Amino acid sequence: MTAPRAEPMIAPMLQVENLSKRFGGIVATDDLSLTVAKGELHAVIGPNGAGKTTLIAQLSGQLTPDEGRIRFDGQDITALPMYRRSALGLARSFQITSLFLDLSVLDNVALAVQAHAGHSFRFWRDARSEPGLRDPARAALDRVGLGSRAELPASLLSHGEHRQLELAMALAGSPRMLLLDEPMAGLGPEESVRMVEMLRALKQELTILLVEHDMEAVFALADRVTVLVYGRVIASGTPDAIRADAAVREAYLGEAEGAAHG
Amino acid sequence: MTGWFSARNIAIVALVAVLLLLPVYIELGGNRFLLSLFTRIVILALAAVSLNLILGYGGMMSFGHAAYLGIGGYAVGMLAKEGIVSGFVQWPVALGASALFALVIGALSLRTRGVYFIMITLAFAQMAYYVAGGIARYGGDDGLTVNQRSQFVPPVDLTNKVQFYYICVALLLASVFLVWRLINSRFGMVIQGARSNETRMRAIGFPTYRYKLTCFVIAGTMCGLAGALLANHTDFVSPSMMYWTRSGDLIIMVVLGGMGSLFGPVFGAMALLVFEEMLPFIIKVVATPLFGPTAARASEYWQILMGPLLLLVVLFARGGIDGLLRKLDRRERP
Repeated sequence: MTAPRAEPMIAPMLQVENLSKRFGGIVATDDLSLTVAKGELHAVIGPNGAGKTTLIAQLSGQLTPDEGRIRFDGQDITALPMYRRSALGLARSFQITSLFLDLSVLDNVALAVQAHAGHSFRFWRDARSEPGLRDPARAALDRVGLGSRAELPASLLSHGEHRQLELAMALAGSPRMLLLDEPMAGLGPEESVRMVEMLRALKQELTILLVEHDMEAVFALADRVTVLVYGRVIASGTPDAIRADAAVREAYLGEAEGAAHG
Repeated sequence: MTGWFSARNIAIVALVAVLLLLPVYIELGGNRFLLSLFTRIVILALAAVSLNLILGYGGMMSFGHAAYLGIGGYAVGMLAKEGIVSGFVQWPVALGASALFALVIGALSLRTRGVYFIMITLAFAQMAYYVAGGIARYGGDDGLTVNQRSQFVPPVDLTNKVQFYYICVALLLASVFLVWRLINSRFGMVIQGARSNETRMRAIGFPTYRYKLTCFVIAGTMCGLAGALLANHTDFVSPSMMYWTRSGDLIIMVVLGGMGSLFGPVFGAMALLVFEEMLPFIIKVVATPLFGPTAARASEYWQILMGPLLLLVVLFARGGIDGLLRKLDRRERP
C-alpha cells in the first residue's frame, strides 16, 4: 500500500489541455492549457483579438477545437454538443446579448429552467402555468433584481437589464459552473457596480470563468487571472502576481505605452 | 376582464359563426355555390393552419407545403383507383405517407438555414410534383378522377355535401385547438424559442433539431389530412395540387392572416379565396362604365390587382389581418 501523493487533490472543475483552434491561417487558440479549481472565480483577460470569445465558444461547445481536451468535473466533454454540456451544469452567458426578444422576460428564464427539466416532448399541458418552470424562473429573476419586470417583452428592457436577464438565464438551470463572456460590456458605471456585487455573491456558490475587459472588475473579483495574447497563455496566477508580471505589463497592461513608443 | 371583448375575439367568434351557419343560410335560399367555395376555404384553411405551425410559430419557411396536400390527396385517389375505398384505410395511409415524407424532407432540410432551407423544401415538393406527373397508371399530368369518396360507417356520408362541409369545419376547428395546445406546451415553448434565437436555445441545453423535426412532421401530417379532404371535395387529384404556386398560396394565406396567430391562417384563407372569387367580378363592375366591353377581358387578369394588394399588406399591415385586429384593440383601450 503506497501512501497517496502529498499534493492537494481537489479535483479541478474545468481542465483545458493543449487546446488549439485555427481559422484558416489564423491561430485563434494556440496550445492553451488552463485549470479552474472548484469554487474559484477565474478571469481570462487579454487584448482584443486574443481569442477569449473563441475560448468560451469551445468551452461551451459552440465551436469544436482542432486539438486538445476539455474536462468538466473530471468528465471529458471535448466532443459533447452544447446542449449536453449545458445539461451537465456548464452554463454560458453571451457577450452580445442573445435573448428571446419576442418572448416575455419570464418566458426567457422559464425556457432556461425547462432546458434542465427533462425532455420537452410534452405537447398538451400549458407550460406557462407549470409551477415547476415558473417558480424557479421567478426566483432567478428576483436574484438578479428583475422580479418586477417579469411580464414585459424582453425587447423592452434596457441594455443593463438585458445583461441581468442573461445572468438570470444562466442561473436558471442551477449550473455548477458559469462561463461569463464580458458581462460588463456596455454597462454604465452604476450598472457595473451592481453587476460586480452580483458576481461577488454568485462566486460564493459557483465556479466562474469570467472573460472581461473591465480590469477594475477583474482585479476586484478574480481569485486567479489568466492572460491570453494571440490565443496563447502568457501568464496565469493571482491578481497580484499578474499585476507584477513583466510580460503581462509589456504585452497587455502597458499596451498604451507600447503604442506610444511604436 | 375586458380582454374577452376585444375586436380580435369578436372577429373570431363571427368567423366561427359564419362557418357553422353557412349551410343554414344556403338552406334558406342562399347561393348553393357558396357551400362548395366554403368547403374549399375550410380545407385550405386547415392546410394554412398547419403551415402556420412551422412558419408562424417555428420560423421554418417551408416553400413546399403543398406537397402534403398532394400526398394526402393521392393516397386517397390511388387507393380508390385500386378499389380500396374505406376511409379507415385511406385516411391513415394519407396521414402516414405525409408524415413519412415530412420526416425525410425535414431530416434533410432542417440541417440547413435560411435560403437553403427554402430551396430544399421547394425542391422536394417539385420532385413530388414531377413524380406524380410521371405515373401513367394514376393519370400522369392529367390527374386522376376519384370515382368514389372515402367510405366510413353509415351515418357518415361524405357525398352528402352539407355533412362533408361540417366534417371539414370540425377538423379545422380541431386542428386550431391542437395547435393552440401545442404552442403553449413545453414543446411549443421550445419551438418558439428556436424561432426567436436558435443558437441560444442550444446554448441553454435544447437539442433544437429534433424538436423542429417533430414539429415539421406534425405540420406535414395535418396538411396531409387537408389533402385527403381536398381529394374528396373535388373528386379529383392532380399534380397541380403540389405545384409550387400552391405552396405560395398557402404562404400568402398565412402572411395575409397573420403569422403566428391562432386564427390568422383561417382569416387569411378566407380572405384570399373570397377575394379570388370576387375580384374579377369587382373589376368588371367598376371598369365597364369606363372602358366598355374591354373591361370584361380585363377582369380575367384579376391577379394584377392581387399582387399590389399583397404588397400593401406586407408593407403596411405587418401581422396581417390578425395584426390589424390587435391594432384596433390597442386603439380602443383608454
